[in-house]
Amino acid sequence: MIEMRDVGFGYHGGAELLSNMTLSLQPGMFHFLTGPSGSGKTTLLRLCYADLLPTTGQMTAFGDDVGQLSRDAIADLRLRVGVVHQDTQFLDHLPVAENVALPLTVSGQPVDMEALRDLLGWVGLSQHARAMPPSLSGGERQRAALARAVIMSPDLVLADEPTGNLDWDMSMRLMQLLIELNKSGKTVLVATHDLNLIRATKAQVAARVLRIAGGTLHLAGADL
Amino acid sequence: MKGRDFRALNLGALWQGLMRDGGAGNRIVPPTGFTAQLTLFSAGAMAFLAVFALALALATGRLAERWSSELAGSVTVRVSAPMDEQAAATQATMQVLATTPGAGQPRLLPSDEVADLLVPWFGPDMPVDALPVPSLIELPVAGEDFDAEGLRLRLQAEAPGAVLDDHTEWRRPLVTAANRLRVLGIVSLLLIGAASASMITLAAKAALAANGQVIRVLRLIGARDITIATAFVRRFTKRAAIGATVGTLCGMAGIAMLPGMSAAGGFLTGLGFQGWGWLLPLLIPVIAAAVGFFATRWAALTMLGAVR
Repeated sequence: MIEMRDVGFGYHGGAELLSNMTLSLQPGMFHFLTGPSGSGKTTLLRLCYADLLPTTGQMTAFGDDVGQLSRDAIADLRLRVGVVHQDTQFLDHLPVAENVALPLTVSGQPVDMEALRDLLGWVGLSQHARAMPPSLSGGERQRAALARAVIMSPDLVLADEPTGNLDWDMSMRLMQLLIELNKSGKTVLVATHDLNLIRATKAQVAARVLRIAGGTLHLAGADL
Repeated sequence: MKGRDFRALNLGALWQGLMRDGGAGNRIVPPTGFTAQLTLFSAGAMAFLAVFALALALATGRLAERWSSELAGSVTVRVSAPMDEQAAATQATMQVLATTPGAGQPRLLPSDEVADLLVPWFGPDMPVDALPVPSLIELPVAGEDFDAEGLRLRLQAEAPGAVLDDHTEWRRPLVTAANRLRVLGIVSLLLIGAASASMITLAAKAALAANGQVIRVLRLIGARDITIATAFVRRFTKRAAIGATVGTLCGMAGIAMLPGMSAAGGFLTGLGFQGWGWLLPLLIPVIAAAVGFFATRWAALTMLGAVR
């Protein structure tokens, strides 16, 4: 799925923020990526959907060398990787339902309205289908972003601090959706610095926890 | 890698995107408000001006061709002699002209035609017959071997008093002026086209810059460059076409309302289209749409180059 071998990355050709990263995302596995703020969690996720390219090392996504992908191939990769961005990233001139269906629209696929309604119901936003994104609360925005991330039925779902601005109940509600996704066979990678959230989730699903410290990636163990 | 991908952008797909209803794909870009009005107005104004520039180019072209053909078509010989020698001098001149290589059959203008020529100067009631008016002989130029200078020398030797007027002296500058006016008309058309392209590019760039975040989001969720570019290209091409259509129709109406062509009006009343020429301005909206298409495409691809 996503394979990194000795990958390093530094912004604007500067010192490496991440170095010697070796990672293999296991299909169907729930992964957490943790580490202190500024450690490079978001950067690692951006590498996963080719928003950034490694400056050193080798990285493949679904078997393809990410550094050799054309712009169209990158777009196709992003249709296979659903991403819940930290700042959600909506088109504010479109209602929630159209934002959620956007990956289908831009890839030229028809929108199955019944399936869209089901998806909005799954994330608890049936009543907000016609609402405009700026009118949504933080939790609603995150759930809408999750719905958009999974509408293409991607092989991999990445979530970057999805609970960063949410209270505990709303955070657990969102994590429940991600656990459901994982149980349906999707590979999930959630970046978070919230250890309590990781512990609570691990109580419900087998999860692999990766920790970034000192610019490198470690498999976290019982010290979590 | 980026550059190669951009050049490979599928024009056919873009054209299909333009032709079919944009639907949801068209809504991925928010309404651009002011730039939409700006593009419509500018395209209309440019098309309006283009109609007049085209009419000027066509009219001056016709004028230059007419004057050129008249210039090359015939010469006039004026025979001046005392009243009692006029007939003999005219006869001698006719004989010289009849044997001139490259010339057709000379024709002595009858007195009523000569009188018509003098009407602008003396009025209709002047008794021309009573005046010592020179005889005028029209000589068609029939061949390439016609030598005006040689004929002039022959006339001096064999028919003194006969003067060759091949119209060159006064018409050549007019033909030159008409040709230059035609060039100016064509240059004006080119400038209008270039200005339209610049204006549409600026408007498209403004719209693209204002939608930088939208483009970023679209790329992040998996939109290809072609999809994003098409949304903008479709919009600006339609605006350019609609604005130019309105401007062209207004310009054609303005041309149609000009006074009809008349000899008294001369060149000014000849400014317009004739016959099939009325179809030519209808190309302006098509060209405007093409300009909008390529200008926006270029702007969109340049902008997308900055977004991964």
